[in-house]
Amino acid sequence: MAESAADVLPIRSGDDIVRVRQQVRIRAVAAGFSLVDQTKLVTAASELARNTLDHGGGGRVRIESVDLGGRRGVRLTFEDEGPGIPDIARALQDGFTTGTGLGLGLGGAKRLTNEFSIDSAPGKGTRIVIARWKSV
Amino acid sequence: MDRIPILKMGDALLITIQVDMHDRLAIALEDDLTQKIVQTRAKGVLIDISSLEIVDSFIGRMLDNIAAVSRILDAETVVVGMRPAVAITLVELGLSLTGVKTALNVERGMTLIGKRVATIRGPSGRERG
Ligand SMILES: Nc1ncnc2c1ncn2[C@@H]1O[C@H](COP(=O)(O)OP(=O)(O)OP(=O)(O)O)[C@@H](O)[C@H]1O
Ligand SMILES: [Mg+2]
Repeated sequence: MAESAADVLPIRSGDDIVRVRQQVRIRAVAAGFSLVDQTKLVTAASELARNTLDHGGGGRVRIESVDLGGRRGVRLTFEDEGPGIPDIARALQDGFTTGTGLGLGLGGAKRLTNEFSIDSAPGKGTRIVIARWKSV
Repeated sequence: MDRIPILKMGDALLITIQVDMHDRLAIALEDDLTQKIVQTRAKGVLIDISSLEIVDSFIGRMLDNIAAVSRILDAETVVVGMRPAVAITLVELGLSLTGVKTALNVERGMTLIGKRVATIRGPSGRERG
């Protein structure tokens, strides 16, 4: 599996979320994504970046371009050292929120991507990996 | 602090969202809009999102809030100019935007609001009640 250099961007403010969206868009375009696929990945990234900031107390995202035997994609790893997610299944349910949101971000990001995994422990933090592949 | 301008267009208010919204800007917009609706007795609010490349749950919630507040003040919200890729993505995200009408562009949005005003005012053109 060939991987090009990864970018790591901080997520500490609303402006950082804007930068994350821009960088993810650039990678999606470079991977040859259609406009709809770009939009889906950037939207998922926006949801997870906001969660990292609002619920995780800030963190970072690693952005990688992936090439799996000619199949191109973009993988994003969001990490924070915040409170963690005690009940992941529940957090993934649409409408579940501990804040003032709609509770759509996590479930939505999962639907908008081809790969989705959460690793979280109370008190330690959260790591969420998503990937989307170019549609054939 | 930056603010999103609100323009009066006939019986409606027009808001064009061009910048990347963040929390403070969204809250300021909701406040400004509430005042403006009361001041101008607008019957409709058009929100032009044609320059937005994505709509996430944060923007979705803002649009929902605006629609809810406007409804209480007897104005109807019409979101105009949503890009097709954004519309497709919204469905998968699970954002239904209930209570928000949509129109292709500002002109069609104005027509929707015009119809509503005509129903409220009746044939005489005067406000009922
Ligand atoms: N990085 C994180 N750290 C800690 N908790 C998180 C994190 N991400 C999500 N959560 C928890 O999962 C819940 C659901 O997240 P989700 O993004 O689906 O909804 P939301 O952020 O509350 O609202 P919305 O995204 O619709 O604005 C959050 O309310 C929060 O309790
Ligand atoms: Mg969220």
